[in-house]
Amino acid sequence: MTEMICIVCPKGCHLEIEEKAKGDFIVTGNECPRGETYAIVEMTRPTRMIPSTVRIEGGLLNRLPVITDKPIEKKHIKALMKELSKVTVTAPVKRGDIIIKNVLDTEVNIVASRSMM
Amino acid sequence: MKTYDLAVIGGGPAGLAAAIEAHKQGVENILIIERDRELGGILMQCIHNGFGLHHFKEELTGPAYAERFIDLLKETGIVYKIDTMVAEIKPDKTIKLMSSEEGIQMVKAEAIIFAMGCRERTRGAISIPGSRPAGVLTAGTAQRYINMEGYMVGEKVFILGSGDIGLIMARRMTLEGAEVLGVAEIMPYSNGLTRNIVQCLDDYDIPLYLSHTIIDVRGKERLTGITIAEVDEKMQPKPGTEKDVECDTLLLSVGLIPENELSRALGVELDPRTKGPRVNQFMETSLEGVFACGNVVHVHDLVDYVTEESVRAGRNAAAYLKGKRFKEIQRRTVTAPGNGIGYIVPQEICEMPEGESVTLLFRVRQTYKNAKINVLADGKCIKNVKRPHLAPGEMERIDLKLDQPYETLQVEVEV
Amino acid sequence: MFDITVIGAGVIGASVSSMLSKYDLNILVLERENDVACGTSKANTGLVHAGYDTHAGTVKAEMNVMGNQMYEAESKRLNFPFRKVGSLVVALDDEELDIVKELYENGKTLGIEGLEILDGSKVKKMEPSITADVKGALYAATAGITEPWEVTMAYMEHALENGTELKLNYEVKTIQKTENGFLINDEIETKYIINCAGVYADQIYGLVCEKPEFKIVPRRGQYYLLDKETEGYVNHTIFPTPTKMGKGIVVAPTIDGNILVGPDSEDLTLEDKEATETTRENLLAVKANASHMCGDIPFHLNITNFSGLRAEPDTGDFIIEMSKVDRFVNVAGIKSPGLSSAPAIARRVENIMLEALGSVKERKAYIDTRRARVKFENLSDEEQMALIKEDPRFGRIICRCEMITEGEIIDAIHRKCGGRTLNGIKRRVRPGAGRCQGGFCGPRVLEILSRELDIAPEAVVQEGKNGYILTSETKREEA
Repeated sequence: MTEMICIVCPKGCHLEIEEKAKGDFIVTGNECPRGETYAIVEMTRPTRMIPSTVRIEGGLLNRLPVITDKPIEKKHIKALMKELSKVTVTAPVKRGDIIIKNVLDTEVNIVASRSMM
Repeated sequence: MKTYDLAVIGGGPAGLAAAIEAHKQGVENILIIERDRELGGILMQCIHNGFGLHHFKEELTGPAYAERFIDLLKETGIVYKIDTMVAEIKPDKTIKLMSSEEGIQMVKAEAIIFAMGCRERTRGAISIPGSRPAGVLTAGTAQRYINMEGYMVGEKVFILGSGDIGLIMARRMTLEGAEVLGVAEIMPYSNGLTRNIVQCLDDYDIPLYLSHTIIDVRGKERLTGITIAEVDEKMQPKPGTEKDVECDTLLLSVGLIPENELSRALGVELDPRTKGPRVNQFMETSLEGVFACGNVVHVHDLVDYVTEESVRAGRNAAAYLKGKRFKEIQRRTVTAPGNGIGYIVPQEICEMPEGESVTLLFRVRQTYKNAKINVLADGKCIKNVKRPHLAPGEMERIDLKLDQPYETLQVEVEV
Repeated sequence: MFDITVIGAGVIGASVSSMLSKYDLNILVLERENDVACGTSKANTGLVHAGYDTHAGTVKAEMNVMGNQMYEAESKRLNFPFRKVGSLVVALDDEELDIVKELYENGKTLGIEGLEILDGSKVKKMEPSITADVKGALYAATAGITEPWEVTMAYMEHALENGTELKLNYEVKTIQKTENGFLINDEIETKYIINCAGVYADQIYGLVCEKPEFKIVPRRGQYYLLDKETEGYVNHTIFPTPTKMGKGIVVAPTIDGNILVGPDSEDLTLEDKEATETTRENLLAVKANASHMCGDIPFHLNITNFSGLRAEPDTGDFIIEMSKVDRFVNVAGIKSPGLSSAPAIARRVENIMLEALGSVKERKAYIDTRRARVKFENLSDEEQMALIKEDPRFGRIICRCEMITEGEIIDAIHRKCGGRTLNGIKRRVRPGAGRCQGGFCGPRVLEILSRELDIAPEAVVQEGKNGYILTSETKREEA
């Protein structure tokens, strides 16, 4: 049995997850169904939302905040940071613009968190 | 001299929500004054997500949450000035503005909303001894350098304070290539969100030293190391528990304080517990026609509550401009923090029309498990709620309908 | 070849250079740190003492009394802040009252004006914050407050405007005697040396003299600096009855409106010339000690702590003289009342030099005064508007806590003896000295320094030349 804390929302329910048989999980402690999904994913293929920044030229600031448009597998985080270092965008940028499409072949896009002139 | 109906000081989430609501309620001549280079306030450097779960039913990053309001604002045509500082407010609500572009401008406002936010507690506030080298800075200043200016502040980092800002910066520094050696927290528990412990510390194997503090700082020109030590129940370092940590950066995340320079100068009554203005449920301060909302009143955990509070301030500033005089309401109920309660906002409740409810926001002074919150009206319990978990780092709310004007409304924790 | 080399750019080195700059002499000032006023002059109580505790016949007494008298005129001539706030030496029991009365008599002997013994109730009326147990106090009307680094910078800037040269980050390592004077570090030729090296004065003297007649023990003092909100907690400088360790822990107003509490007195070893750390135990002791004298000191409004080292000579008195090494002047052991004495010490050194040099020509086009710095907050609305019209950068407020504009910061960078570090700007124009301690203004000041000095942001330092603030840009492409 593994204990974990759900991070889907700020509530932070304490979960317990047990693998009864291969691929068959029992999750308890969750206050909503998203917690159950989280527990199973966390056990098998843990993912995270990763916010960061990229260089931007001609913008109000020197950096544009970006974020994964859906959770990316934890194992890609280090490589993701490397990919972000390679990018320089040019202003103007609109919130939601895709900065890197399908990063590292994960089907996760890196999108702009804000618009910047 | 230009006259406005409403001047909003601060263009962060509080100022934006208040101005937009006032406009919705029919106020025409509004001015937002913002000292930074753009609207959005502190949200613009909070690039992580977790904002908006209540208000938008979505999880947004800080800049995205701010932008929703900035977009709404741009639709209203409300005038705003950036890179502009309020240098002074006179008792007759004349405001002295200063900027490079426009020099000194005097404007007059019929009503004012304070939305100046808060600032970070510094090393001096907790008297950390040792040398005073470069490399010791507050977490928020580091966040600005990294997320906006695009510069790293160090390579081997230690963090004091396990509130959300400290935890977020632990992850942020790690993702940008620094080695984060640990987070020390003087309390026996962290008051940051548990999810942040997981995704900021556990994910990166960053140790959390609870019941620890920093007792020494070393380095002549740049930090070379610190010493942490365990503390006892009286928060005093326990001899023999000292641990030297070699590092070049110390981030301090040791508390936020509402920024009330202007409020104090104007003579607005402050609550020594919150360090912000005393307000009634209409978010009006002790001065007529001067309202306040957001972190300048009390430091919030959720920007969603800031928005809600600020909408209330905007709505009531609008009512004031239409002629409503809250100060003329005779009966006042004073809220009083009882056992285990640190502070309550609002500090005062004016007699309310039938059917309306008031929201009390408060914080407890320590953690509690399976406790009850009692609301006592002139000594009589009029409401109690069970709370399985209470912590100083989590603002609590209670909504109440008051059936008659009371003298005192006390909120207390019952274990 | 320099006529005079002054070693040390603290308040003594600066005032000496300034005084000598009226002559047609080539003067060089060498300073090992990255800015002037980085030693004792940076971290002391900023007091201009009346002098009643000095002993007749000592150099200290002569210098303190004269210096105190010179301060008002000097502050106007060179435009540095100075205010006669008056001081009280508080007696908490009869024994202390006797000592305080002795100080009064001593002061009268020295010719100090404005001294008075006040009884307990009068003291309480003057300063309600003083404990109710107070038996009486010595009031000294001539006691004042100033900012020690501003005094240093004013003198230094004046000297630089009058032909003096300043080398920062220059450590004197060797001094060889030559035919005409000295050779410093195998590269600087100078006829005379004036040793104003503070806690290092004995080491510097030791470079030319096999058996220096004095040793300098660093005596550390730690402080609390309280938020401007506490202004008015006391309006005079409040001293305890002195002991042989010194004047004691003071509660004093600062010229910027803060309250300063400290210093304690801790003798370090001869070698500990750099030990300016604060310590937990000593800070707690300062708190406890001061609290005997004044009740409810608002320590919860502390904004920073710091500590400084005083140069304690083992011979007891100030050492201001041509040493036994010809052409080498020592100005050493200048602990309290060093700041108070600075203008008088400069004058005395001037006399020593005139005697040694014989006749000296006056400098052509000597400028006696120094341009005041703009204190934007103190200007009238009309003056502010006119200034912004001339230079819009005066319209941009950088420091919210102290209301400092970009224009003032730029002036502080570019004037002679300008600031090139974050702390240098803090000392000259205040951003970083207020309650946010640089949290808000820090990044903005850094950006201005980077731009004005044309250096990368990573090259901006806090204080010493290795005190970098930023390491590198984020998102550097890996090689």
